[in-house]
Amino acid sequence: MSSKWRGTQAAKGTVCKTVIRRFESAPRLIPGQFVTIRCGTGTEPLLRRPFAVHRVNREEKSFEILYEIKGEGTRFLSQYEEADDLDILGPLGNGFKIDLNIKNAILVAGGIGIAPLTFLAEELVKEKINVTLILGSKTKLDIPLSAIGYKLLICTEDGSEGTKGLATDLLNEFVRAQNFAPLQIYACGPKAMLKAVAQITNCQVSLEEIMACGVGACLGCAVKTKDGYKMVCKDGPVFNSEDIIW
Amino acid sequence: MVTDLSIELAGIKLKNPVMAASGTFGYGKEYSEFCDLNQIGAIVTKSITLKPKEGNPPPRIAETPSGILNAIGLQSDGVEKFIAKALPFLEKFDVPVIASIAGGSKEEFAELAKILSKSKRIAGLELNISCPNVKKGGMLFGCDPDAAAEVTKAARKATKLPLIVKLSPNVTDITLIAKAVEKAGADALSLINTLLGMAIDINTKKPKLGNITGGLSGPAIRPIAIRMVWQTAQAVKIPIVGMGGIMTAEDAIEFFLAGASAVQVGTGNFVDPKCIIKIIEGLYKAGPDLLTRGDF
Repeated sequence: MSSKWRGTQAAKGTVCKTVIRRFESAPRLIPGQFVTIRCGTGTEPLLRRPFAVHRVNREEKSFEILYEIKGEGTRFLSQYEEADDLDILGPLGNGFKIDLNIKNAILVAGGIGIAPLTFLAEELVKEKINVTLILGSKTKLDIPLSAIGYKLLICTEDGSEGTKGLATDLLNEFVRAQNFAPLQIYACGPKAMLKAVAQITNCQVSLEEIMACGVGACLGCAVKTKDGYKMVCKDGPVFNSEDIIW
Repeated sequence: MVTDLSIELAGIKLKNPVMAASGTFGYGKEYSEFCDLNQIGAIVTKSITLKPKEGNPPPRIAETPSGILNAIGLQSDGVEKFIAKALPFLEKFDVPVIASIAGGSKEEFAELAKILSKSKRIAGLELNISCPNVKKGGMLFGCDPDAAAEVTKAARKATKLPLIVKLSPNVTDITLIAKAVEKAGADALSLINTLLGMAIDINTKKPKLGNITGGLSGPAIRPIAIRMVWQTAQAVKIPIVGMGGIMTAEDAIEFFLAGASAVQVGTGNFVDPKCIIKIIEGLYKAGPDLLTRGDF
């Protein structure tokens, strides 16, 4: 056991990163997949919390999660800078599909929705695909980001960082500038943003829903699709935007 | 010395008295990657309906203090698909399968019982007359002694399989329902199903569940479940399967002391997919002495 503590407790809304070490299944993780973590040992909070995989180090069998402190579960986790003794279940869910024949990709992140898209961007770069990642948020985010090998465009609604405006504005410009060249488009963020992205173009979206089991048993994390209710944990979390009833 | 925890419940032979509760364990397959199904006393399936059922609008889950509210709404692919798609997977496991069935009428319960009786893989039926999240049937049957007895009688006529009737805690006196279904031909009772509850998000000023109300489960309801098992154990002669917030072997022992012959683990599976296995290991260590009814 070699868990490293952050020490002080961060405030609600703070973005935190925790490195999970000695996770045997780390080499199997693919972008878009998630894990569930038991955030505590008692009955408060009770349910495991789902976290998208943010980055992976396959050689070291470690991975990172990036999250915003929202309640007791994330607060518990935020106390760890590094951990190897947490109760983790995964890899869970289906990840993003990558088309090796399409050499340009655009990724649209809304706030903390950046978490799985960083992992995806890094994998796409490895496949020699040109990646542009748009990160949109209400105001300047305090997220430690290092875009290596791809282009990162930041925009904020209040103009406190990057371009002033919405991520979908930048996406619109980008799609037009591409002159109908084939593009792979991925998005993760608040549902309203995903809906707006889906109205611009068909894409792969990573959805979020409150879940209990994480393995497709409880049928709790339902999302309405053209083919009836599907489960975010087992059928997703990545879906084709055109299959979702927004 | 090898401890033997095997029991015979309503004619079903179990390796140990710990089962997976309906609605929390899918059809077994979902958990097979994380937990050895062969070690479990029995698997009670997600409730099966006659025709496919869509379920309730999301959100379907909300966490509350030491508990969960759910309003899944009996989403089901229907009995035909269950037999064709879900049941064959369980062939390779040595674990009794108890099919939970949910009908919108007593005729539907009878039809479901008849169809499932043809499958050799089914060891018994659990009648879900206590789901709080559907408009038709569900808890309405479980809250009225006459309606509960009618459903039980209809199923009894349709099958020779052991019949377990799952009772609702949302009643004034659970022993009245228990006695009515015992008389109507139930072989065992399981209790409790979830307690009807509700939670509101004070930021959005809206209910946390799409269905507005839902069923509360988890450790929060355990004292209520213990009380109801204890009351019911004194009112009926048929065996009782106790459940409600069991997370550890100690929790399970509390139910045996209250008068349960077996237990089911539900919400615990969500918290830890190996929860049932750990409880069984704990009971082996505790030994059969603690698995008997208390003198009170």
